[in-house]
Amino acid sequence: MPSRVEFREDRCKGCLLCTEVCPTGIIQQSSRFNQKGYKVTEIAPDRMNECKGCAFCAMMCPDYAINVFTTKQAKGGRK
Amino acid sequence: MTQEIRVTNYPEVLTDRPTHYCPGCHHGTAHRLVAEAITDLGLVDNTILIGSIGCSVFIYNYLTLDAIESPHGRAPAVATGVKRARPDKIVFTYQGDGDLASIGMAEIMHCANRGENITTIFVNNTVYGMTGGQMAPTTLVGQKTTTCPGGRCRENEGMPIRMTEIIASLGGVAFAERVAVNNVKNIMKAKKAVAKAFEYQTKEIGFSFVEILATCPTNWRMTPLQANKRIETEMIPYFPLGNYKDVLAKEEK
Amino acid sequence: MSTPKRIFVKGNEAISRGALAAGMKCFFGYPITPQNDIPEFLSSALVEAGGEFVQAESEVAAANMLMGAAACGIRAMTSSSSPGMSLKQEAISYMAGSEIPGVIVNVSRGGPGLGDIGPSQGDYFQAVKGGGHGDYKLLVLAPGTVQEAYDLTMKAFDLAFKYRNPVLVLADAIIGQMKEPVVPRVPENRDPEEGQDWGLQGAKGRDPRLIKSLFLDDGALADQNLKLQAKYKAMQAEVDQELFLTEDAELIVVAFGSIGRIAKSTIRKLRAQGHKVGLVRPITLFPFPSEVLLDLAKQGKRFLTIEHNMGQMVEDVRLAIRTVADSAFHAQLPGNLPTPDDFEEPILKALEG
Repeated sequence: MPSRVEFREDRCKGCLLCTEVCPTGIIQQSSRFNQKGYKVTEIAPDRMNECKGCAFCAMMCPDYAINVFTTKQAKGGRK
Repeated sequence: MTQEIRVTNYPEVLTDRPTHYCPGCHHGTAHRLVAEAITDLGLVDNTILIGSIGCSVFIYNYLTLDAIESPHGRAPAVATGVKRARPDKIVFTYQGDGDLASIGMAEIMHCANRGENITTIFVNNTVYGMTGGQMAPTTLVGQKTTTCPGGRCRENEGMPIRMTEIIASLGGVAFAERVAVNNVKNIMKAKKAVAKAFEYQTKEIGFSFVEILATCPTNWRMTPLQANKRIETEMIPYFPLGNYKDVLAKEEK
Repeated sequence: MSTPKRIFVKGNEAISRGALAAGMKCFFGYPITPQNDIPEFLSSALVEAGGEFVQAESEVAAANMLMGAAACGIRAMTSSSSPGMSLKQEAISYMAGSEIPGVIVNVSRGGPGLGDIGPSQGDYFQAVKGGGHGDYKLLVLAPGTVQEAYDLTMKAFDLAFKYRNPVLVLADAIIGQMKEPVVPRVPENRDPEEGQDWGLQGAKGRDPRLIKSLFLDDGALADQNLKLQAKYKAMQAEVDQELFLTEDAELIVVAFGSIGRIAKSTIRKLRAQGHKVGLVRPITLFPFPSEVLLDLAKQGKRFLTIEHNMGQMVEDVRLAIRTVADSAFHAQLPGNLPTPDDFEEPILKALEG
């Protein structure tokens, strides 16, 4: 099942702690600065589909800047 | 048909606002662990937070709890007053190493020794953060700070204090554990320890204490990644992780 | 309602009993002479009454425990003697800054430093000028009898909650250690909801409450200071003093606490000899009875301030009457137990002018 990571760029302080814990190594520093002047993190281009939805990145983030979503078969979907 | 679900669920008691902490500082993670513990145990409505002096003085901006700000080092005394006045409430202090292990040494020792039924979250980052990186009682030997620019020297400043070991030795203590939040595995363990500390308070069996080893990249003059690595390479060898007291575990054996 | 039976107790016990009658729920103490009877008495009496007694690890901790308990909106108290009061000032400043209604008792002794364990009024400045850091005031009540020690301790709690401000009862070793008959009054209609609308209790079904003294936002500390000053101004309504034979007096003796009471005996004796002397005994030291003194000064009376120290309250007396008169001063040196005879000569000298 494909998963998805969402960075709240306004909250990211560019500490990169999330990059170290990602088992697939798909998180990297972007070239974008947020309003506070931090260089925000992002998922490397075209690699979102490698996300396993483990949410280790979110667990590591001290700024609650990461949300992780995963998709699964909805319970009512088979009806 | 598929449905997207959110894996990350931040507890409601954690306010939705950016923290004032520096990049890579572990305070945010420590706050979240507290928020998760009191949420999971259903204690949010019943909890009173005792803030202290240091970078974490603003913790009341991040946790929507009834709170009081105490003088430097006095949080355990203020908490004692609160708990005696409101014995049915969950009371916890959140203190740094300068606050707890230096100026507040008397208050924490006696609060723990009396077995006050409160929880203390002790964030040890080996430095006075808010005042600009001065030497703390937990500063490691050789570590350079603004008041020991040549590095902490055993002959002059003594050895760094290991608080969890001291606290665990006191009679009134029900639970004492040292944890770190430098990797996922340690965060999981830390989460369990914080939850247990609060759970023990609900059981009214004495004082509970969790020491969290934490980074201060700014005052360590390191990048967040270097600082995070230092927890593993320098701090944990001197401040070993693990449980130092668990009165219920002993009874089970 | 029948009058309660009189009891014969020490001032320290009267203070303790007054606090119990006021509904005190928590007491935090630490041993220091001459106030030890208070924690000793309360260690059993308060617990029997269903309250919490803690012997703290230090006066610092005791005052901070008081801060925590009173922040919950319940009636709580700590007591000490002069050297211990110095240690409590940190928490007292925080209580004033974060508007916490703790009650503090100082059964004062001689100083500076370790001083002695006898009576003294050397803590007047510390009591009425703030004591700790920052711009703040305590309401300060000074009992002159054991009965007053009981009554004023009871009143201290009412005032603390009325203004959400710490209140200090300033007694001394004479009041604390002296036995007198006391009518143990009980308070009239206490508000059962007292402290409920602001005290810490867990934020169930409402926004969280925050009790703090840190104000970093632009202008926030200025606003807080203005709010506190407005409160101190409102406290002027609480001014209280004993006036004794002031009407036809040529000389007004100003003295507080035990010294005021001893001076009263001297004045009785001198009156019998035909000397026109009167007494103003401030019962509230803050707010200070400045207007009463000024009115008397305007009537052309002269003043003599007597204190058990080297001259502290005399500054407030002089400030009060400065536009029309001055005050002479007699220092009863600390380390001595004064008698009415000690004040005869200074009063007669002041009468001569």
